[in-house]
Amino acid sequence: MIAELGLAALWMAAALAALQLAAGFLAARQDDAEIAILVRPAAVVQGVLCAFAFAMLVWLFARTDLSVKLVAMNSHSDKPLVFKLAGAWGNHEGSMLLWVTVMSAAGALIALVERRLPDRTMQATLAAQGFVALGFYAFLLFSSNPFERLPIPALEGNGLNPLLQDIGLAFHPPTLYLGYVGLSVAFSFAVGALLTRQVTPDFARAMRPWVLGAWIFLTVGITAGSYWAYYELGWGGWWFWDPVENASLMPWLAATALLHSASVLAARDALRAWTIMLGVVAFSMSMVGTFLVRSGILTSVHAFAVDPERGTFILVLLAIYIGGALAVFGLRAGSVAEGGKFEAVSREGALVINNVLLSAILGVVLLGTLYPLLTEAMGVRVSVGPPYFDPVGAIFVVPMLLVMLVGPLLRWRQDRLARVRRSAIIGMVAVLAGLLLAIALGAGVLPTLGIALGAGLAVASVLPLKGRRLRRVPLATRGMVTAHLGIAVALLGMASESAFSEERLAAIKVGQQASVGPWQVTLAAVDPVAGPNWTALEGVMLASYDGGAPIELHPQARSFWSPPQETTESALATRWNGQLYAVLGKAADGERWQVRLWWKPFVTLIWYGGLLVALGGLLALLGRVRDDLRRRYVTRKAAERREAAA
Amino acid sequence: MRALAGLLLVLAALPLAAQDAMPPAPYAYRQLEDPALEARAQGLMETLRCLKCQSQSIADSDAPMAGDMRHQVRTRIAAGEDPEAIREWMMERYGDYVSYAPVVSRTTWPLFAGPLVLLGIAALLIWRRFRRSA
Repeated sequence: MIAELGLAALWMAAALAALQLAAGFLAARQDDAEIAILVRPAAVVQGVLCAFAFAMLVWLFARTDLSVKLVAMNSHSDKPLVFKLAGAWGNHEGSMLLWVTVMSAAGALIALVERRLPDRTMQATLAAQGFVALGFYAFLLFSSNPFERLPIPALEGNGLNPLLQDIGLAFHPPTLYLGYVGLSVAFSFAVGALLTRQVTPDFARAMRPWVLGAWIFLTVGITAGSYWAYYELGWGGWWFWDPVENASLMPWLAATALLHSASVLAARDALRAWTIMLGVVAFSMSMVGTFLVRSGILTSVHAFAVDPERGTFILVLLAIYIGGALAVFGLRAGSVAEGGKFEAVSREGALVINNVLLSAILGVVLLGTLYPLLTEAMGVRVSVGPPYFDPVGAIFVVPMLLVMLVGPLLRWRQDRLARVRRSAIIGMVAVLAGLLLAIALGAGVLPTLGIALGAGLAVASVLPLKGRRLRRVPLATRGMVTAHLGIAVALLGMASESAFSEERLAAIKVGQQASVGPWQVTLAAVDPVAGPNWTALEGVMLASYDGGAPIELHPQARSFWSPPQETTESALATRWNGQLYAVLGKAADGERWQVRLWWKPFVTLIWYGGLLVALGGLLALLGRVRDDLRRRYVTRKAAERREAAA
Repeated sequence: MRALAGLLLVLAALPLAAQDAMPPAPYAYRQLEDPALEARAQGLMETLRCLKCQSQSIADSDAPMAGDMRHQVRTRIAAGEDPEAIREWMMERYGDYVSYAPVVSRTTWPLFAGPLVLLGIAALLIWRRFRRSA
């Protein structure tokens, strides 16, 4: 009954999406007030129904209802409750339902709160949102029904991939989806504004919180995913240029560019066509990401759906939406004037360079990700990995970071480099100091560049606060400073990890010692332990930093039984200046055990940096929303006063 | 009860682990004595794909095949072979797919032409934008 309720709600939500599309389109074309009043309620009810359907699915997983195919395939009665719940979206159908749920909830929210845009643009936007949602409802209902029943209920479920039974990963997909789907709102805004040719600063202001929100979630999702890979895969790597990782990086790059160009549009009424284009590209990257992960075209931990029919379906959706949006763009872009003028040396000028370079980086990642798939289709398998992405990416990243040093210091419209000369010199001194330090420590070429530019950016990023009273600095500016500082911090972490990590592989008996960097690690014991659905060998390691008091570490080698799989649970000892990473391997000859130890100086800066970037986004979002609310309050008061006067 | 069952399971599994105890590839989990040679081996291992895994290098994998390949790399480096020669050998044996560093060839040239084109487009866009406004 629960499954049927969910399915019925999903069908009704799809019907409302169709209504939203038709009514929104007609209203935007004919300015018909009677049809127009349908649009917003349709979006709201659609959101509620879809959320209801998703809640039903979570409930089925919570109860482990084994008569539902999806539950039987992906859950198990022995699983801890939190992973039962997370299992609802840890599979193809459930995650697509989550995607549509977030999307329709976002549509409902804009229908409820957005009052700034002209009515026609708003209706066109909601029509576009309904159009995109409709495609995904069709996908769910026709090829990925999450509520399908089994003819005979299963006796026990298949379980969830043990690698995914981790609290970090349980919440990793929803976070990324919030990001992906937030960009669908930016896409709808872009299409709506393009259809009614009203690409205005107000449009940028309406779109910006959505882009910011999506961008924050993507940042957190990527940061968390990277940390998960780091501690769960057991070899200390934190980024692999895996297509699935790239699938989340590409929308982030596009959203970063969009965020900056929307700021130019909001503040200066310039870069209109470019902003629209990026809005289309950003969501396209979300769809490409979804296609890569969901189609099974990559065989990877994330690609659970091995079914070409679904891949084709997503590809068709992708072609319709992106092709459609680009066609509208091609037809209308000419009639959208470029807007405000500015000089090369100006805030806009720096942001244009940033935008172009970010787009080029996006192009490199896209090429490196898709090209191997293309050659594979032609029968030639090639691998594209760090030796390609690192140097080729650096060609574009280095100039972008250099522009980042001075860009935020420049004035809008027109400025002179001479005015920011002193700040630029401070930044360059920091770059030079970093460069000398890295060379003295013997880092490689790319890490040296990373340390030099990271040091320069860390200093330069806070310079916009110089000479200002901190309490009077707008939240959005503080957000920008925080986010730029976060980039610098993450960059320093990456460079340090890659240049100064030390590795120690050893086969030792219980009671023996191994050392790595400044750490001495004693294997005190190896004990069997058991969890709810696994058993493990747990090492007890006593790790002492530079002869200090020892810390106890408990790395595990786990064996899951449903489905059977072995995983390593690394143990980490975090200090301010880095992390000790310990893994218990297999038994070596006789009584000896394989242990793997790494000392990774300042590695944690990578994720602290990521979190700072997200925090910066949050500050900016709060600042923008507060300004909006204040403006709304002021206009309402003014209107009331006028009414009272009349 | 559960803990006891777990203990029994682990004990039952111990002989299995002991079977793996004499790996045919001692350098799969052992570093070279000379840190300079080990660093060179590490650098190469990080750019060779583990053919049994998903997007992991042989330096990042527990798969037995990755272990064998690490053993190969380390013993060859220790014997004084050049890393690029070892990469060639690996590519001859396992195909180009094994190397994460694509080389320019008839199939892969767009990978290298692409970024150059992007660089050109980026320069052109920036130049046109500012020439107009200047």
